Amino acid sequence: MSKVIFSNITKRFPGITGATAVDRLNLTIEEGTLVTLLGPSGCGKTTTLRMLAGFETPSDGTITIGGRDVTNVPVNARNVGMVFQSYALFPHMSVRENVEYGVRLLNLPRAEMKDRVASILDTMALAQYADRSPSRLSGGQQQRVALARAVVTQPKVLLFDEPLSNLDAQLRERMRDELRAIQLRLGITSLYVTHDQSEAMAISDRVVVMRNGVIEQGDTPLNVYSRPGTGFVAEFMGKANILRGKVETADAAVVRVRITSTMTFDLSSDGRVFRPGQEVRCVVRPEHIRVEPEGTMAAKVRRVVFQGAYVEYLTDLEGQECVFLDTEYYRTGVAEVGQTLRLSVDSRPVWILPENEADAMGKAA
Amino acid sequence: MTLVSQATPSGRTGASPAFLRKITVDPWLFGLFALVTLSVLVFAVLPIFTVMKQAVVTDHGFDFAALADTLSQSFVWESLVNTLLLGATSAVIATAAGFLLAFSATRTTMPGKTFIHGVALLPIISPPFVMALAVVILFGRSGLVTRELLGIRNANVYGFHSLVLIQSLAFTPIAYLNIRGMLQSIDSALEDASASLGASRWTTFSRVTLPLVTPAILSSTLLVFVKSVEDFGNPMLIGGNFNTLAVEAYSQMVGYFNLQAGALLASLMLVPSMTAFLIHRYWVSKRSYVTVTGKPTAQTIRISGAVVIPLTILCYAVAFTILTFYLTVIYVSFTKLPGVDNTLTLAHYKTVFTAGFETLSNSLLLAGVATPVTAIAGMLIAYLLVRKAFPGSFLLRWGTLLSFAAPGTILGIGYVSTFNAPPMLLTGTAFIVVAAMVVKNLQVGIEAGSNQLRQIDKSIEEASTVLGASNTRTFFEITLPLLKPALFTSLSYAFTRSLTTLSAVIFLVSANWTLITVTILSQVETLKLGVAAAYCSILVFVVLAILAVMQFLLTSTSKR
Repeated sequence: MSKVIFSNITKRFPGITGATAVDRLNLTIEEGTLVTLLGPSGCGKTTTLRMLAGFETPSDGTITIGGRDVTNVPVNARNVGMVFQSYALFPHMSVRENVEYGVRLLNLPRAEMKDRVASILDTMALAQYADRSPSRLSGGQQQRVALARAVVTQPKVLLFDEPLSNLDAQLRERMRDELRAIQLRLGITSLYVTHDQSEAMAISDRVVVMRNGVIEQGDTPLNVYSRPGTGFVAEFMGKANILRGKVETADAAVVRVRITSTMTFDLSSDGRVFRPGQEVRCVVRPEHIRVEPEGTMAAKVRRVVFQGAYVEYLTDLEGQECVFLDTEYYRTGVAEVGQTLRLSVDSRPVWILPENEADAMGKAA
Repeated sequence: MTLVSQATPSGRTGASPAFLRKITVDPWLFGLFALVTLSVLVFAVLPIFTVMKQAVVTDHGFDFAALADTLSQSFVWESLVNTLLLGATSAVIATAAGFLLAFSATRTTMPGKTFIHGVALLPIISPPFVMALAVVILFGRSGLVTRELLGIRNANVYGFHSLVLIQSLAFTPIAYLNIRGMLQSIDSALEDASASLGASRWTTFSRVTLPLVTPAILSSTLLVFVKSVEDFGNPMLIGGNFNTLAVEAYSQMVGYFNLQAGALLASLMLVPSMTAFLIHRYWVSKRSYVTVTGKPTAQTIRISGAVVIPLTILCYAVAFTILTFYLTVIYVSFTKLPGVDNTLTLAHYKTVFTAGFETLSNSLLLAGVATPVTAIAGMLIAYLLVRKAFPGSFLLRWGTLLSFAAPGTILGIGYVSTFNAPPMLLTGTAFIVVAAMVVKNLQVGIEAGSNQLRQIDKSIEEASTVLGASNTRTFFEITLPLLKPALFTSLSYAFTRSLTTLSAVIFLVSANWTLITVTILSQVETLKLGVAAAYCSILVFVVLAILAVMQFLLTSTSKR
């Protein structure tokens, strides 16, 4: 009923540069799901969100909410809720007045209005602060007021514009889980914008990675992380080594890729066709590499960063850079720069990047 | 909002042009914008252009002969030179005095800073010609100082020297506040850094502090210059044969009924005013190294010892001169016939509250109407200019700027000429007086509102619209309450100025609607100094009381 569809949305900002912020974007947010737009600053994610809110008008294309074309509907007639990065609480109103503001505009019977406000304040554990000024609340409480204010009008779509970036690291994780729990409980279709990949993975039904105004990949968090469509996605979703290799043998199920003179991976072809001699790029996550005296790979240590829970090594692998994390340093000791370590790689999660056009384009840009 | 949903048929692809959408999204707000812009054009721009037209066009069309005739008369050039000379002299002296006060108050251990600050602000809240009145009382032909103390019989108080003294004292507060704001916003760490590098106090002052406040010094000089050019009351009262453009324009208009000469002189006033104003706005203010936020940073007072003594003496001399003038006016308001019969009496107040009560109540009523209109219109215009770029915004921006920079004289003459025939027959009405007050004082509210708006997170207003409120509703329920400090600044300024203004309204008062400032002027001219002093005292008292009430309202409503 409140499925959101972006069709061929383009946004050019006026000016001499004529920069295209969003370029022919197609995106569907299924009813009741939470989709995250993830990407570096300037990738067009915030512009996309603001077009759905109605603050920006697309230069081209249409946006529908629940089948209704809202492309030219003004902000205040769209019935969307939004949680802002700065919370944007009305500083001259109490918590209750903030939450009431949108409900008053619905012209509901007074009793129903009071009920709705009381119930949402209860849900958000804000009842005891109802008559306080928002400036006298903690960051997490302000965040909850912002969310309460956004959902109390029962909007069709809920928008989040980097809502957690003003919180400190510990509180951020707690609020993240709270936001997700409430979104699931209300079953409200949501679009969430962030540049934090771990936040995106933790909260979303689908993660959409954007870059230079286009979608690089949109999929479940698990797939985006473990089966990235492009090198950019692989590197944006956490730490990744992209190791060049050459296909030695390939059959319908298994591809053997040689990475170094001493090491090969036997990988699932995943239904794709590879031919011997083909150059490929393999995504190897640092957590899948281990120091092992019998390891087949020899790596020369170039940099050592001690992080407490683990030691991060930057090593040289016959001319290719390779980063990995050693969580067992307390048993084997911390290696020094110049030393050679023997490594073994769990090849099951290693993923061969598809050599598609989008990636080539991305590299050019 | 029904209009809007009709204007957006569903199923249509693509988007409507951005500027059309801005209008259709909020037709009410665009309507307000159109109304405000039209009003500014009619009541600010049109009158000024009418005056400029009158200066060169007579019944025979563009009349070069008449123009040449007027320009060949010596009073034109004399008054122009006088105006520039007076403006330049007052600007330099007032800025120097303002700097002295500001520096001593922010950087030294001078005792009694609150006292100095309070006294220095007095001239800002009173009509500028209170000073002129005091000077006449003290130094006039039967002056308290000249005749009573010194026994001089034929003291000539009228002329350039008195004008310089009065204007310098009257405009020192402008320079003081301006320079003080900048001195306070300079990070003391810069001066500490200079000292730590081994610089002496003098080197730190001349190489670090002074260059940093130079923009404020320049801007004060230009502002005082503009104020001096615009000043009508003081030159009128005490100029004697030293006529400035404002006075000459008035006497040509009212004394000789020479409309063309009056218009020409008023137009000439526009040249120095606009030049100084534009230099200030587009050159000096862009050369500032520090941003004046109005939020004082912690200052360490590091200048103490012998140097403070001469500074203190000078500051107290300025403060005591100002105070003496005001106390003189109050004293005289209780004196039977100053200089002749010094017995104390309440007779002057009796006159004011009986025969003269109407003029007082008129002033309060008209200023009371003009003040909220000025302040709310100022906030609305600031919002329209900063947040909504409607097509045609530049008309509004330049229209209000012009009305602010233009001297009151040209506005007054312009109103008389523009609104004296149907369909805009407004001369003699209260409306025209209120309109002049609003137009003249609008810009201060716009500036204060714009600065405050830029500090307010835009997403607070977005949050309101996303919750379903229209832009108009957002302005009145969210933006306006958040602009409260700027609103109160504007209210205070508009009220003070509307009550004490003279240069524009002197052309507009009528038998039905006369104002307290005009009455004071005529009382002084007929040498009823006691009554004039009583009016002035009441005026200062009323302004102080209203400002105190506003301050109280502001602080008591912002506590939560």
